[in-house]
Amino acid sequence: MKYVDEFRDGELARGLSAAIRREADPARDYAFMEFCGGHTHAISRYGVIDLLPHNVRMIHGPGCPVCVLPVGRIDMAIRLAMTRAVTICSYGDCLRVPASDGLSLLKARARLDKSRADIRMIYSAADALALAQREPQREVVFLAIGFETTTPPTALVLKQAQALGLNNFSVLCNHVLTPAAIVAILEHPEGTGVKLDGFVGPAHVSTVIGSRPYDFVAAQYRKPVVIAGFEPLDVMQSILMLVRQVNEGRSEIENEFTRAVTRDGNLKAQAVVTEVFELRDHYEWRGLGSLPKSALKIRSEFARWDAEAKFGLDYTAVADHKSCDCGTILRGEKRPAECKLFGTVCTPETPLGSCMVSSEGACAAHYNYGRFRDVTTAG
Amino acid sequence: MKPNYTRPLDLRSGRIDLNHGAGGRATAQLVAELFGRAFDNPWLAQGNDGAVLPAPAAGERLVMSTDGHVVSPLFFPGGDIGSLAVHGTVNDLAVMGARPLYLSASFILEEGFPLAELKRIVDSMAAASRAAGVAVVCGDTKVVEQGKGDGVFIATTGIGALPPGRTPGGACARPGDVVLVSGSMGDHGMAIMAVREAIAFESEIRSDSAALNGLVEALFGAVPGSDVHVLRDPTRGGLATTLNEITRQSGTGMMIEEAAIPVHPQVAAACELLGLDPFYLANEGKLVVICAPARADQALAALRAHPLGANAARIGQVIEDQHGFVQLRTALGGMRMLDWLSGEPLPRIC
Ligand code: SF4
Repeated sequence: MKYVDEFRDGELARGLSAAIRREADPARDYAFMEFCGGHTHAISRYGVIDLLPHNVRMIHGPGCPVCVLPVGRIDMAIRLAMTRAVTICSYGDCLRVPASDGLSLLKARARLDKSRADIRMIYSAADALALAQREPQREVVFLAIGFETTTPPTALVLKQAQALGLNNFSVLCNHVLTPAAIVAILEHPEGTGVKLDGFVGPAHVSTVIGSRPYDFVAAQYRKPVVIAGFEPLDVMQSILMLVRQVNEGRSEIENEFTRAVTRDGNLKAQAVVTEVFELRDHYEWRGLGSLPKSALKIRSEFARWDAEAKFGLDYTAVADHKSCDCGTILRGEKRPAECKLFGTVCTPETPLGSCMVSSEGACAAHYNYGRFRDVTTAG
Repeated sequence: MKPNYTRPLDLRSGRIDLNHGAGGRATAQLVAELFGRAFDNPWLAQGNDGAVLPAPAAGERLVMSTDGHVVSPLFFPGGDIGSLAVHGTVNDLAVMGARPLYLSASFILEEGFPLAELKRIVDSMAAASRAAGVAVVCGDTKVVEQGKGDGVFIATTGIGALPPGRTPGGACARPGDVVLVSGSMGDHGMAIMAVREAIAFESEIRSDSAALNGLVEALFGAVPGSDVHVLRDPTRGGLATTLNEITRQSGTGMMIEEAAIPVHPQVAAACELLGLDPFYLANEGKLVVICAPARADQALAALRAHPLGANAARIGQVIEDQHGFVQLRTALGGMRMLDWLSGEPLPRIC
């Protein structure tokens, strides 16, 4: 079955490829940003660019949860584990993000006195809550990261913690908002930034928030958005739709991912999120700087389970490594191989910047799947 | 009558204690009643500190290999740490082109480990070694305090005889050579992952753990030894890592066709679900064969005629590339690298 499907995929892909080649105007260039790391990964993993004409260029966007996490936020979690008797739980990729002093959560773990503190990898927010329930003497802090997709599960564990009256559980919230990041990409100072003709819009994020929150991109900035699923054929279809919009001078929010995304999104999930979280005034993103109303914080009703309140944590901004180009990569201004550190100092085994950590990061995707393109190979 | 005035091992509800590793009577009893009985062969029966083995046939050379086994869970669909400890070392010898002959087995047991489970493991090891035609001729047992081991660790060392004319090695791949695999990729890794993550699938995913010496002999029966350039078993790191090791050793590159690589549909579906890549998952009963292009059809037919190679496939070829890149033509029709495994294969977060 699988092979038949894949064969069909190949056939469909060739068809879409031919359509894009046919419709893309050879007299002009097209530059589209795929916002999500999931799309970046799909494009790299399936070699989608080989199926696009040379004048259609895909630019990687900032939609990779661990990539946009600034050093200062990781430092905060490390400090918490080092100085207080807590167990930090987070997703695997998050543990590998480089922080200050050559540390990461993973490296910090080796220095901890395990009888007091620990740093653990988990697969879901519920795992962290379960650990706190199973071991009441352990102080568990869930380091929550991610865009709107991972926010509802965090909201749910906070509600559960409240319902259970759990005293040994809290959340260090770093949830961020997609539309704010898109604004940051579009609102760059004159003469800088990247020229974009449109966006491949988020897949999973849009299942939660719907397509409505992107309306401003078309209305205010006159850029088309096509929301697309994470399958490579979805991406190709959305690229074709973007080419058509550009050719016809349209800028609309279109939805390629109708099998999962509606205009309004998942209202239940949105309600839970609103119940538990409110907007932060400012949040610092890696690469995009401090953006107003771009992230969530835990409402005061849930302060008992808010690690920032519970442990009196303050955020201190920390500059990225001076040769690190993560910022320009995240804004789409540079390609991974243009960073001086790419593949020499910064590799997936020894990441220096966050974009090299997650498989959704632009640098990791290029390193793992595409770096053969940077050298000419025989055969 | 009370024959020996000893109380037999309680293999139903007994547990390993520190005495079993102290080298005294309890150790001797464990060795005799459990290991000796299960592995039963003349070398072991002599009870000496080592085994005296016959010299290899004229013209044959000896090959030796060793492997430590730490797997959690100890029991999984399609095998257990015992059968794995046999297959792992037997396969290391087989992919050298050697006929595996003898094994040693060293057990590190954790205090408190149930004897019944140990018996299951040892019996499975004995059955696997018998099926592979190798004898476990010597061994060792140590016991570590509770909390200092993971139940059971098993290290096995194997000795095999390498017939003249067989010289497979990672450095021997040449541009133009054909790359074959003996069957579906990722079964073992996914079987373990499914148990660890407690993922239930419609039908169970079974490890492919198996001894490959029979399959290797079938291959050498059909293809002249000098035309089989590389043999590998793609264990940890999976197919992708194995292919990269070969290009690095031989200073070549590879062009692989994704659609040609067999993957069990269940494994593919599970990988999809967990965000994993089957080409990075371990195999414990699969062969990668790189042979001269003129022999590719013969080699493929020989693999397919053997029960362990029924799904064998031709997946690509060796090319010139000083960078050692393994390139993959995706099922979609694009290109990408099939790179080394980086870190542990982990399920994705969202
Ligand atoms: S190569 Fe490393 S340091 Fe440079 S931009 Fe990429 S992740 Fe950042």
